[in-house]
Amino acid sequence: MSYLDMTLLRFSTAGSVDDGKSTLIGRLLYDTKSIFEDQYQALEKSSNLRGEEEVNLALLTDGLKAEREQGITIDVAYRYFATPKRKFIIADTPGHIQYTRNMVTGASTANLAIVLVDARKGVLEQTKRHSFISSLLGIPHLVVCINKMDLVDYSEEVYEKIRSEFEDFGARLAINDIRFIPISALKGDNVVTRSEHTPWYGGATLLNVLENVHIGSDNNLVDCRFPVQFVVRPNTDEYHDYRGYSGRVAGGVWKVGDEVKVLPSGWNSKVKSIDTYGKSLQEAFPPMSVTITLEDDIDISRGDMLVRPNNQPEQTQDLDLMVCWFNPVALKLNGKYAIHHTSKAARCVVKKILYKVNVNNLHRDQEDKTVGMNDIARISVRTTAPLFVDRYTRNRNTGSLILIDEATNETVGAAMVLN
Amino acid sequence: MQNYSLSHLEELESEAIFIIREVAAQFQNPVLLFSGGKDSITVYHLAKKAFWPAKIPFPLMHIDTEHNFPEAITFRDQLAEKDGINMIVKSVQDSIDQGRVVEETGVNSSRNLAQITTLVDSIEELKFDACLGGARRDEEKARAKERFFSHRDEFSQWDPKNQRPELWNIFNGRCKMGEHFRVFPISNWTEMDVWQYLKKENIDIPNLYFAHEREVVNRDGVLLAKSEFLTLKEGEAYENRIVRYRTLGDMTCTGAVTSECYNLDDIIEEVAATRITERGGRFDDRRSETAMEDRKKDGYF
Repeated sequence: MSYLDMTLLRFSTAGSVDDGKSTLIGRLLYDTKSIFEDQYQALEKSSNLRGEEEVNLALLTDGLKAEREQGITIDVAYRYFATPKRKFIIADTPGHIQYTRNMVTGASTANLAIVLVDARKGVLEQTKRHSFISSLLGIPHLVVCINKMDLVDYSEEVYEKIRSEFEDFGARLAINDIRFIPISALKGDNVVTRSEHTPWYGGATLLNVLENVHIGSDNNLVDCRFPVQFVVRPNTDEYHDYRGYSGRVAGGVWKVGDEVKVLPSGWNSKVKSIDTYGKSLQEAFPPMSVTITLEDDIDISRGDMLVRPNNQPEQTQDLDLMVCWFNPVALKLNGKYAIHHTSKAARCVVKKILYKVNVNNLHRDQEDKTVGMNDIARISVRTTAPLFVDRYTRNRNTGSLILIDEATNETVGAAMVLN
Repeated sequence: MQNYSLSHLEELESEAIFIIREVAAQFQNPVLLFSGGKDSITVYHLAKKAFWPAKIPFPLMHIDTEHNFPEAITFRDQLAEKDGINMIVKSVQDSIDQGRVVEETGVNSSRNLAQITTLVDSIEELKFDACLGGARRDEEKARAKERFFSHRDEFSQWDPKNQRPELWNIFNGRCKMGEHFRVFPISNWTEMDVWQYLKKENIDIPNLYFAHEREVVNRDGVLLAKSEFLTLKEGEAYENRIVRYRTLGDMTCTGAVTSECYNLDDIIEEVAATRITERGGRFDDRRSETAMEDRKKDGYF
């Protein structure tokens, strides 16, 4: 198998200082030979300076000065490793409740989430929080690693108890693919190699799951959506009349000859060609970046969307959203914000705050409607121009948007469309 | 049924092209920072792809320390000529001559820090609001926390603790007058991805990356090339070795590796087997544990 056949898997991990998350990542990197000698020596040196006996692998990802000083992870850290089958991108996020926003950020692009449970402690509030956020952000695959099995004598009974405890709670999650693996990140059991200590476990190792989980159908291949990102007009002799619409396929499989409807103008046309650098393709699918040309000359600009006449997104100025708030300044009822949705920019006003969600138990709080940093809430907004949206659960690309404070330009919220 | 999935290189390429197009759409006056190294060559190639059949709608800019490898400069000039690129060259020597920055002296001196001033001055002078660069998150631990769209205030400073959250594929490039963004389209690529992509796309790179004979001196395990900018310490001597470079910086701070890789296939094999990171041979990173973060806060690439 050559590297040209490798695929890409993005996964998120979340956890706090003592549940073994850093050890697990370190183990994956180390056992797949992705930590280099000079990195390891630098870690050894830093750990020694800090008076720690063992090499602290958290120092591998906690690169910022403040993080190293305080011994905490502040931000999402991205880590990379590869096996001959796949390249992996880890979005490693801190697990404290005050870092919900980082967890949400890391989860937004992940295909899979790893949730760690300490075998001695069982399912904790934090476990539920990670799982709920993964579910809310539409991660299709969840792997529950029951860690520190070495400290409970690799007991099948402990494993089964935690598994059933999680399943009771997991029934409320919108994730169909949930797997359980008994591991010891420290000793390496069932991480990369199968453990001799768990003969009662018939499933795959963690790396095996990561390498083989089927992600081909995670993208929406049914509803054709193509947000126009940039209009290509070469104005050269050779390509004098060329007018191409560049963008990243947000849904569906596009083919040359397909009927096209342009939103918001409503004009119909057909796909004339699907171009990339110096060559034309017969079809394009998510997440390909291509340039589409049409049979007819139509006025199209950034923010417009190409769809199929018989399968259109909802065009609306009224959005029902689940928002995650990122800013120390609370969400303002009746406040105005800038909105970025696909390639379209608009403004909106917050009409209603319906309830906040307690991320630890999924309970709705209709009393306290102050939406502050790290809060998740259901709101409704009205936009200045119609947006072309799908439900987030149907399409992550056309069902997501961000809110921006127009005074500071900061990204203050991220929202998922519930319409 | 057909399998609608991309290879890892195709997906990384698609992501990078998306980011580059987003820069052209969201900013008034972007620029691509070009060093002549393999990463900026990769970004340049991706930019060509992003706008084909039109030309890249922004210029390239090279911050020339004049301590570069002559081979890298020749490569830059030939590429600019061949592709008809609008290549802006800004010189660190000019900044030194104008008294904007004082040159370091001593055995381990370099112009690595001096180029920050030239870069920041050039951004102000030419009013760029976005600078595309070839930095990758896997290069260095401070870069592991870098955004695709990384905000810089009016002093070009990076505030790592207060970065804008970046979700899905939605990027917020809004900024005030005088502020700008650094944008890193190949953030998610590793060294290996870059080598594999160069091979797959058949992209030309300076011959410094391939094995050649060179006079070098071994300083604390780093092989530094003989040049007019390097002062030997007592007891040091040049020797002839077959070497190549995994990364290109100034001649004064970039170490060579002993290697017999004469083509990209050899390199891909060597990188797969190697046990030292590519920046392991960079003196500029070794100055302290947070050398990269400190420089980035001040406006470094």
